[in-house]
Amino acid sequence: MKRYTIFVITENFIGILNRITIIFTRRGINIDALTASESSVDGIHRITIEVTTSEEMVVHLVNQIEKIIDVIKAFYHEDSGVVYQEIALYKIPVARLDGSLEKIIRQHHAKIISAEQEFVVLEVAGHKEQTQELLEILKGYGLLEFARSGRVAVAKRMRTIDQYLS
Amino acid sequence: MKEESMIRGADIVVQSLIAEQAEIIFGYPGGAIMPVYDALYDYHEQIKHVLTRHEQGAIHAAQGYARVSGKVGVCLATSGPGATNLITGLADAQIDSTPLVCITGQVAAHLLGTDAFQETDVVGISMPGTKWNIQVRRVEDIAPAIAKGFYIARSGRPGPVLIDITKNAQVDFGQMNYTPCLGFRSYKVHQPIDPNAIQKAAELIKEAKRPYLLFGQGVVLGKAETELKFFLDKTGIPAASTLLGSGALSEDHPNYVGKLGMHGNYAPNLLTNQCDVLIAVGMRFDDRVTGDLKRYAKQAKVIHLELDAAEINKNVKVEVGVLGDCKESLSMLTEAVEQGSHPEWLGKFRELEQMEKEAVMQHDITPTKVGLTMGEVISQINRYKADDAVLVTDVGQHQMIAWRYFHYKKTRTQITSGGLGTMGFALPAALGAQLHDYSRQVICVVGDGGIQMTIQELGAIMQTKAPVKIVLLNNNYLGMVRQWQQMFFDKRYSFTELDNPDFIKLAEAYGIKAQKVTERNTLTESIEDMLIHDGPYFLEVVVEKEDNVFPMIATGCSVEEVRLS
Ligand SMILES: Cc1ncc(C[n+]2csc(CCOP(=O)(O)OP(=O)(O)O)c2C)c(N)n1
Ligand SMILES: [Mg+2]
Repeated sequence: MKRYTIFVITENFIGILNRITIIFTRRGINIDALTASESSVDGIHRITIEVTTSEEMVVHLVNQIEKIIDVIKAFYHEDSGVVYQEIALYKIPVARLDGSLEKIIRQHHAKIISAEQEFVVLEVAGHKEQTQELLEILKGYGLLEFARSGRVAVAKRMRTIDQYLS
Repeated sequence: MKEESMIRGADIVVQSLIAEQAEIIFGYPGGAIMPVYDALYDYHEQIKHVLTRHEQGAIHAAQGYARVSGKVGVCLATSGPGATNLITGLADAQIDSTPLVCITGQVAAHLLGTDAFQETDVVGISMPGTKWNIQVRRVEDIAPAIAKGFYIARSGRPGPVLIDITKNAQVDFGQMNYTPCLGFRSYKVHQPIDPNAIQKAAELIKEAKRPYLLFGQGVVLGKAETELKFFLDKTGIPAASTLLGSGALSEDHPNYVGKLGMHGNYAPNLLTNQCDVLIAVGMRFDDRVTGDLKRYAKQAKVIHLELDAAEINKNVKVEVGVLGDCKESLSMLTEAVEQGSHPEWLGKFRELEQMEKEAVMQHDITPTKVGLTMGEVISQINRYKADDAVLVTDVGQHQMIAWRYFHYKKTRTQITSGGLGTMGFALPAALGAQLHDYSRQVICVVGDGGIQMTIQELGAIMQTKAPVKIVLLNNNYLGMVRQWQQMFFDKRYSFTELDNPDFIKLAEAYGIKAQKVTERNTLTESIEDMLIHDGPYFLEVVVEKEDNVFPMIATGCSVEEVRLS
């Protein structure tokens, strides 16, 4: 079992995400995180899926995904093959802001992206281990809400999206 | 605004089908598809429509038509229950790679998502069971969707497509300028064959002492029957067929050694674990073929010629995967290999075949008991059938027996539900196969259980006068399940015995000539009568109630554990 990032480059058509997730459901594989967004090319979507499974399974999954008619390309990498980032938001009550928290914010390279009357929102970008570590700490500061994005990632391999399109 | 040249969406649907050279539609009307039915009224000279008695019948008929003709089968149904009745057929066509375009009506676009009358999310429901599907909500999207649908259904590894068209799109007016689809960027059909893979495969074959070839339906779908024959002629390699591969190679070919799988032949299964190079062509190593994968052909180096990349290394790890159309790869491989022959190795197959003859076939074909066997019925059919007769079977013991004993000589003569094992498939599929060509002999072998799942299609046979020859092998049991109960559940026959209707009266009620055989001495004559009869014919043969199909590889067993009794 290892962590893999699956990249899917696809036409932006209705239902495509459904078709992709069905493949995971059929094999009984849990999706750790999923991010979908427009790519740098008009009309092309990019979906990043994080899974923890065996390499054999990830190959099956990618092959099945690539079989979907509207999918242009699917491929996968281990963590070492990608540069990736996740973003986490933490909502903390203003009442708990003190000197020690300030220090923590600085240590974790967190940013205050919103300060309201009753709460502040901190933002951290990093790997899951980092955002998780801060989460554990902030639980001691009356954390009101926490949200973490799926992974956004780029492959280290030198290929452009246009190469997949041609 | 409506311009002079505009036509209704419903007319665009029908004209698009005609543009794709569809000759026949199998369907069933209803509210949400009524505009298309109204349009069909005007085109009856250009395109035929067959009213089945159930949408499942329509889609199986379209499958039968597609399988026998190699063309895309077309199916039409209304929204809601009409659409959901197609699901079994879609799943069946998906797993057996049958090209279909199914068009369903849908409630008007402004009602979508509101639980309107007969609204069902058929695109969502059919997603895992289609190669592609789409909902069309605007008249201008109809023709492009149908063009794309036909292209997807028939290209690459074929499969079913569903196009759901909202009622507003059918009644709105739009321009008809049909452009056939010739491809698009996310779907690449033609993969050039890797010459290195061919080279590697040829080397393995050259070194092989006991090479063995398995062929599946991919050979039929890829129209590679001649290429397969040339390869076998040149190499002398023994070859065995999967259930859906039967017919791709004439059983009279000297290298043909029989059938694979749970109820296939003894030698082809057993010797899978003795070959040194295994060449799989257009087949997908289904678990009914491989038995226990952990003990499947472990000694062999596997070469897999396959169009679908997802199938290579899916179940069986291969030494060489040759991705691409097997028509091309087979002829390249034939060129790359040397002339050869394997008389000793082939002899081994013949030896074991003899064992099967003595232990199984003798009982099946020339029984000594009073009761008739399914095997003798099929072997009598062989005596009188045409060389290119199409055999359509349902699912169960009769399916396995008919497959085992039918003498396949021509391609596209084997129509059965392989991957899904859909009871109720045969009767409508035979109708569809027959409607492709009235002059072709279409023999439908069906069980007393399965026929009752779609028996209403006797009505469609009556109305079309399709001269299907229906052979009901009546054992008064859900025989295949009963066999498992006998073998693996202590003979506890839980809900498998059937109280059946008078099938002869039933067939006659539909105006179909019918005859019942209960004695051996009238069997041959009855089969002859049936086959020369001009028109549909219903032959019920009462067979031994508790006969079993052998050889058998029980679930979880290895191919080498194939049993003769
Ligand atoms: C739709 C469907 N339901 C259930 C089954 C399970 N099943 C497989 S074979 C069989 C018995 C078929 O009985 P019959 O049609 O009489 O054929 P026989 O085996 O007796 O030749 C059953 C119930 C199936 N394959 N398909
Ligand atoms: Mg039966």
